[in-house]
Amino acid sequence: MADEVEIRQETDRGGAKLGFAPWADPAARPLVRFDAVTKRFGETRAVDALSLDIFPGEFFALLGPSGCGKSTLLRLLAGFEAPSEGRVLLDGTAIDAVPPHRRPVNMMFQNYALFPHLTVEGNVAFGLKQEGRPRAEIAARVAEMLALVKLAPLARRKPHELSGGQRQRVALARSLVKRPRVLLLDEPLAALDKQLRGETQFELMELQARLGTTFVIVTHDQEEAMTVAHRMGVMDRGRIVQVGTPAEVYEQPNSRYVASFVGDVNLIEGRLAAVGPSGLLIDSTVGAKLATNQRVEADVGATVWVTLRPEKLRVATAPPAANENCVSGHVAEIAYLGNVSLYKVRLDNGFMMKAQLPNLTRVVERPIGTNERVWLSWTPDAGVVLTG
Amino acid sequence: MAETRRRAGGAGRSAVLIPYGWLVLFFLLPFLIVLKISLSATAIAQPPYTPVFDPSAGLAALKEFLADLSFDNYAQLIADRLYLFSYLRSLEIAAVSTVILLVLGYPVAYGMARVARRWQGLLLVLVILPFWTSFLIRIYAWVTILQHDGLLNQALVALHIVDAPLTWLATDTAIYIGIVYSYFPFMVLPLYAALEKMDESLLEAAANLGCPRWKTFWLVTLPLSRPGIVAGVLLCFIPIVGEFVAPDLLGGSSRQMIGQTLWTEFFANRDWPAASGVAAVLLLLLVVPIVIYQHQQARELEGA
Repeated sequence: MADEVEIRQETDRGGAKLGFAPWADPAARPLVRFDAVTKRFGETRAVDALSLDIFPGEFFALLGPSGCGKSTLLRLLAGFEAPSEGRVLLDGTAIDAVPPHRRPVNMMFQNYALFPHLTVEGNVAFGLKQEGRPRAEIAARVAEMLALVKLAPLARRKPHELSGGQRQRVALARSLVKRPRVLLLDEPLAALDKQLRGETQFELMELQARLGTTFVIVTHDQEEAMTVAHRMGVMDRGRIVQVGTPAEVYEQPNSRYVASFVGDVNLIEGRLAAVGPSGLLIDSTVGAKLATNQRVEADVGATVWVTLRPEKLRVATAPPAANENCVSGHVAEIAYLGNVSLYKVRLDNGFMMKAQLPNLTRVVERPIGTNERVWLSWTPDAGVVLTG
Repeated sequence: MAETRRRAGGAGRSAVLIPYGWLVLFFLLPFLIVLKISLSATAIAQPPYTPVFDPSAGLAALKEFLADLSFDNYAQLIADRLYLFSYLRSLEIAAVSTVILLVLGYPVAYGMARVARRWQGLLLVLVILPFWTSFLIRIYAWVTILQHDGLLNQALVALHIVDAPLTWLATDTAIYIGIVYSYFPFMVLPLYAALEKMDESLLEAAANLGCPRWKTFWLVTLPLSRPGIVAGVLLCFIPIVGEFVAPDLLGGSSRQMIGQTLWTEFFANRDWPAASGVAAVLLLLLVVPIVIYQHQQARELEGA
């Protein structure tokens, strides 16, 4: 999966936008800035001293489990909540005193919040009518937006006459028709079935690239965040624990929390045995010596964790030549997923490891079966060493 | 829906008979009796009208009975303007009371629907609480409050709002006070039910799309509470048209509501046929809004 993501990063996101990385440019001005924002609900801190910059034209994903404060962050930006401390800035100006109906920010609600008494057309036109636009302009822009989301034939329907996917597109059209500076998407695809969700993700990306609007999406689905976003912020208990491109977050997680929340991972605990010129040597709890070519801020003897993505492991039925970065066990379970197979291997000390192999050929009988003895090995650059 | 009904089969069909049976027994049959009496003539007899139908007398008697029925009472209803004025006055009082009820009841229902959940139960009980006392007793209580040396005048004089006690009893104001007080729960409860189930994210969506709060009320809240408004208005308007107790005890005697006219015909004049005619016309008058209400309900069901 990491390979797919990387390829997409180079093609889809590349093309015209190959160099799109305003976050790396010190001269770039952020469009949205959370400046040490804290939001308390009674005793709990839904958002905790959080700072974050989002740049114009960016598709930013806030990723985290439910209750991590990601939706609160969105609501702070929309103006439905006021920060207890800190400031929210839009284009360099603090907007905390601006009421929600005056903010150039539109939101697509998780339950879509379509007005049940209005038609599709009426829902989409609602925001433009509030601006007091001329009738002809409203009609033209509504028609244009409905065409964009392929809903033109359903313009006269009421929301209860639409399918879930159609309702989702009405909500999207309604939030985009005002041409907001920032579009907020609160779990926009959560109610759709998996296939429709996949299609809609690509439609969202296309739309965002076409309009150039800054999108901020909130999701608990790491695959969705990685698919659509330029950058993602992983949240935990009101804080952003890591911000980066999907590839950075996946390949270089900065904590065990991020490593296990984003993607599948093997976490091996160990003790830092030696720091050499070419890398580290770690005594692991799985009985093998682990060598990595990484550097880490820790002293010899400290407890560290090595994260290994399942697809980075080689599975062999005979021991490899080197005895570093190699463990052995029996295949406990095989999950055949079509494109890949996931092997759960029980090591001799009982530790479970996950390895993923691509199914390159069309063979029903796989060469490795359950209970077979296998050796898992990896290269020194496969693992990420974490201290926390 | 159709499928559910089909699956329900025999058991479902017989369950439907219960409400229909109730309606036939306690609405249709009495109405047919009233209709029959309204086509009779007054008589000094027991019962006080003629002809009296005797099913044991056979077919010839039935023919004779039918020939004796007449629409004289209805002609009388049209000829004597007293009835027309009574009907109009009833409609006027019902309309004005319903508007007052809506204007007073809507903010109360809205507030109830918006306060924290744990207070809503208590507020509901408070709205329903007056039902625990007899309607008649509550109206009599208003008589003592509104009379010349009653609580209201005492308070007004004590607060120096007026110099001398005002006349409240036997005025239209008193009728409106009594009716609005009595029917308040019938307006508030359906409004509350409609407002309470409204999704609050719709209000946020409206704000997010640039709509200020006061405008959101007109564009979103009010249209979405329409079923509650319709239910509350009909639940109040229909019985108020036939209201008897409040106008009789609190109002003056110069202009009568149709309920009072009916009472006079029935008990004072002992003119059962005329009273029945008045009742039958009143019923037809009220069937129109009831049918509108039913139509509305059916549409709501389709929508949901």
